[in-house]
Amino acid sequence: MKIRHSTSSGQDKIELQMTSMIDIVFQLLVFFVMTFKIVAQEGDFSINMPQASPQSAPPDQVEFPVLKLYLESNGGALSGITLQNEGFGNDTATAYKALNARIIEHIGTDSGPGSNQETAQIEIGFDPDLHYEHVIGAVTAVSGYKRDGKVVKLIEKIQFLPSAGGGPSTVTP
Amino acid sequence: MRLRRKGDGGVFEADLTPMIDMTFQLIAFFMVIINFAQTEQNDKVKLPDSSLVKAPDKPFEHQVIVHLTQDGRAIVSGQMMFIDGMGIILGREARALEITQNRVSDATIVVRAHKWARAGDVQRLIKKCQEYGFEKFALRAEGRQGIPKYISGR
Repeated sequence: MKIRHSTSSGQDKIELQMTSMIDIVFQLLVFFVMTFKIVAQEGDFSINMPQASPQSAPPDQVEFPVLKLYLESNGGALSGITLQNEGFGNDTATAYKALNARIIEHIGTDSGPGSNQETAQIEIGFDPDLHYEHVIGAVTAVSGYKRDGKVVKLIEKIQFLPSAGGGPSTVTP
Repeated sequence: MRLRRKGDGGVFEADLTPMIDMTFQLIAFFMVIINFAQTEQNDKVKLPDSSLVKAPDKPFEHQVIVHLTQDGRAIVSGQMMFIDGMGIILGREARALEITQNRVSDATIVVRAHKWARAGDVQRLIKKCQEYGFEKFALRAEGRQGIPKYISGR
């Protein structure tokens, strides 16, 4: 690229070499392209798990019986989901949906003060060799559901049954 | 920029200005969307996905990120170890928090466990962290919704 500036006599010329700038620009572009990475958004299920013995809510505040959920494993794969002695099979595509529907039946859809959602609790136990993704799937199924793009919460007090020591924990979606 | 071939009288001209313009556009695009924030990702860990999780509004004030691989090994601060051997690092993190006059119980252990890791190993990891005074844990999962996040760096 040359920038020419000619006087009336046409003898003066000013030339600017842009080649170096273009080289650096391509270097920058290659750097950004090489380091570019697309990752999925990550989120958290928060747990409060004090070392001290668990403190359960005073009896007069617990208005909803604690639900008990157990996840069975077969070599790491999910072999069964049981909620209050009711089985949901082991097909992850349908079991979690059925579990979610059953939780909605138990809890109801009210979310205001005094609703079951405020006092509902669930205890989740699982075989130690179960794949972790199934635990997250169960927590997702009992925590809520999506309606019109918004998250509707179901059970907020989720406890993991201890496998070897440690107190129960409370999961907050 | 002109390319001239002398000798046979012919002149080849290739105007590369639009290409340079597009190059600048690309650079501006990458510079605007790039995020150099440390995301503490690890290629050994593939997170389980969940439709309900969403990115936190702000990072935890005091956090310790623990990766758990499929075979049950923990990775903390780039060091791989067995869960039972995490004591040294957890103790160091707890002391660092106490030195800065923060409570260990206020710190959050972010657990990034592989989706095929044993659930029992996750519980063991949590129990190990409890022994050093940590009480808050965040089970990290991949969100299924929203726009992917663009980061820089490997």
